[in-house]
Amino acid sequence: MSKTSYRFQKSQRTLMQQMFEAPAIGKMSPMAKILAYTLLGVWSFFVLFPIYWVVITSFKDMTTVNQGPFYIPFIDFQPTLEAWRSQFNEDPFCTVSAIGRQLWLLVYNSAVFVVSPVVALNPMEPQICKIYLAFTNSFVISIFSTGLCVLVGSMAAYALARIKYAPRFGNIMVFVLLLIIVIFATTYVGAPWWASSSVGLALFFFLLRALRGYFKMSLKNGDILFWIISQRILPPIVVVIPIYVMFQAVGMLDTHFALILLYAVANMPIVVWLMYDFFTNLPIELEESAQLDGATRLRIFWEIVLPLTRPGLAATTLLTLVLCWNEYLFAVFLATVKVQTMPIMVAAKNTGEKGILWWEMCAIIVVMIIPVIIMAILLTRFISKGVLMGAVKG
Amino acid sequence: MTLYTTSRQPTVISAGVTLRNRLGEWVDRHSGTFFIAPCATLILIFAIFPTIYSIFFAVSRVRFTGDGLKFRYVGLRNFSKQFFGSSEVHFLGRTDPVSIFGYTIFVIIVVALLVWLWRSQKYTTWVGMIGRTISAAMAIFLSWILCASFLSGNAIGTLYTTLFYVIIGCTFQFVIGTGLAFLCSQPISGKNFFRVVFFIPLMITPLGVGYAMRMVADVTKGPFEPLLGFLGLSDWIWSVDAWSARFVMMVGDSWQWIPFIFICMLAALENVPGDHVEAAQVDGASSPQIFREIIWPQVLPVAATVLLIRMIEAFKIVDLPNIMTGGGPGTATESMTLQSMYIWRANDMGSSAAIAYLLLILTVVVCASFFNYVVLGQVKKAGA
Repeated sequence: MSKTSYRFQKSQRTLMQQMFEAPAIGKMSPMAKILAYTLLGVWSFFVLFPIYWVVITSFKDMTTVNQGPFYIPFIDFQPTLEAWRSQFNEDPFCTVSAIGRQLWLLVYNSAVFVVSPVVALNPMEPQICKIYLAFTNSFVISIFSTGLCVLVGSMAAYALARIKYAPRFGNIMVFVLLLIIVIFATTYVGAPWWASSSVGLALFFFLLRALRGYFKMSLKNGDILFWIISQRILPPIVVVIPIYVMFQAVGMLDTHFALILLYAVANMPIVVWLMYDFFTNLPIELEESAQLDGATRLRIFWEIVLPLTRPGLAATTLLTLVLCWNEYLFAVFLATVKVQTMPIMVAAKNTGEKGILWWEMCAIIVVMIIPVIIMAILLTRFISKGVLMGAVKG
Repeated sequence: MTLYTTSRQPTVISAGVTLRNRLGEWVDRHSGTFFIAPCATLILIFAIFPTIYSIFFAVSRVRFTGDGLKFRYVGLRNFSKQFFGSSEVHFLGRTDPVSIFGYTIFVIIVVALLVWLWRSQKYTTWVGMIGRTISAAMAIFLSWILCASFLSGNAIGTLYTTLFYVIIGCTFQFVIGTGLAFLCSQPISGKNFFRVVFFIPLMITPLGVGYAMRMVADVTKGPFEPLLGFLGLSDWIWSVDAWSARFVMMVGDSWQWIPFIFICMLAALENVPGDHVEAAQVDGASSPQIFREIIWPQVLPVAATVLLIRMIEAFKIVDLPNIMTGGGPGTATESMTLQSMYIWRANDMGSSAAIAYLLLILTVVVCASFFNYVVLGQVKKAGA
């Protein structure tokens, strides 16, 4: 009997062998197990400790923060709700009904904005305390921009995955040129955006007719996909100053609409990238049979493809939601007073005459990160099923 | 007369086909356009157009006046200011006395790059040669700055602070993230718990991470104050020294981004077929051997892609230095994005746009080089 097979007989192993060698194929030796658990435990502590520290600091007051570190509530120090009270109770408008009123205000004011060329109505003034205002803003902006981003992005991803689409180079050039003219007309000359864009669209179709057949070169789906995904490389600081000027020109600085659009565009590459992967992995037979039955593309997309990719869609939506919720740089440039989001509000707490009131700030941070942690836990369920990983492999 | 009748036929409209049907059919025929156009238009308006518009800012002196912005053309002065003028020390670092050591390293790097460029002539097209020349030029410039500032014992500027966060930070995060993923891919219980816990920091608002780290790293009231006292470091303040401040910043950034590497590498490691590993174990291969010969080659393409994505995001770092040190001490922890933001606050939009543009060029060249020479190579090797 050779030495190796001898070693695998359990009863005849020495103590050292029992400690350091795996008992069977696909198992770990006890020492390796101890080492692995120690390392993982240390890392869990490193991950969880800052979060724990933020949470307990929100239950401290001025003395317990300033007189050296205290670690465990009820043993080291007496927790108070002072920080939470000063955030939520001092203002008379800190009630749940204030949030409802704020949501109604947003609907009403956007309606006022839409009818403003025809009927002049007065927009409502917000009556809500700061933290609820920031929370509502963050909530509304995240939801709407995620919806927009996932809808537009997945439509584009579907077309890129399935439809042989070869736009002529000339058509694209005409489109881009007209777009630049429209933007200049809107921001510089001051034409109303609906007029300039409709004139531009009409001109586009006219030129399309006129130039038909002049340009032979066309783009492939892969080129467009690469172009969209590579937009993620663009550092946001490059575009934020011109965008600030553009929004200022059309008078949309400090509005929800501006942030919704921007966040949607910033996350578009990720959505297109992930959704493209889900769509290419679907079996094509279903769509083909639907097409034979005479369904239009839009109907195939809406009624067959989207329901089939539901897990992928949900995971992408969650990820986009989190990214929108966390966005800081665009908000710090474009949102000053009315649409303060949660990160901006936290950053604004940085300055004060008495220095930073850490306990109050921690209370806001806790409010800010609770939704994100819930979404993270939901997202891990998708990831452990391997939903999001296809894109990375490709 | 004949020409008229053959070339112009009246349009055929069959009975019962309404305008609505024809419109629907037309829309369906061009569905590719209608599906892609919204996405492409949004990106054109909010990403491409501002990028072009930004050039006008970068070559002008911009002032806010009562009736809008006033541009005054100044040529490339905003850029040359960063390299030779008043902002040189801020952006590039102090490059004045170059030591012998710095010169030696620089010459070695340049020779190595030129040899690489010369030898790659044999197997690439002329397009590839242009790309390689750009990469090599950027590498020579960056290595000159490195040799003249850091290797000669001078202070580094925001350019190398950003690159420090990108290169050293990403390496650090990649090593630890892959190590954790490897541990979690072993047959242990409680895997799902670790997966959830390790994933959480990635999702937390970077701003919140900044404040949490600032509190935890506080040397007088923070939780590690007794530990520092025990080690005899109670007078030590990390935020005064440039390198320790940068290091703390990198640790904070790693706290947030290691989960990303961890979660992607874990998926890749779990995708390695178990029977390959078990067959090697039966044949008596040791664990390092198995890792090196069987697991590592299979996860390498994913690793390269993950590293690329991480690098792209790392170039944009702004929240953490902004919150934790405000760019201090001096400008030691300022990344290029943060520098641009501060200059914007000081109402010098031209220089701000110029720095943003330099960041864009740097990001694109570094990421494209990495993509072409590392990621594509690995993906091709895996596919072959």
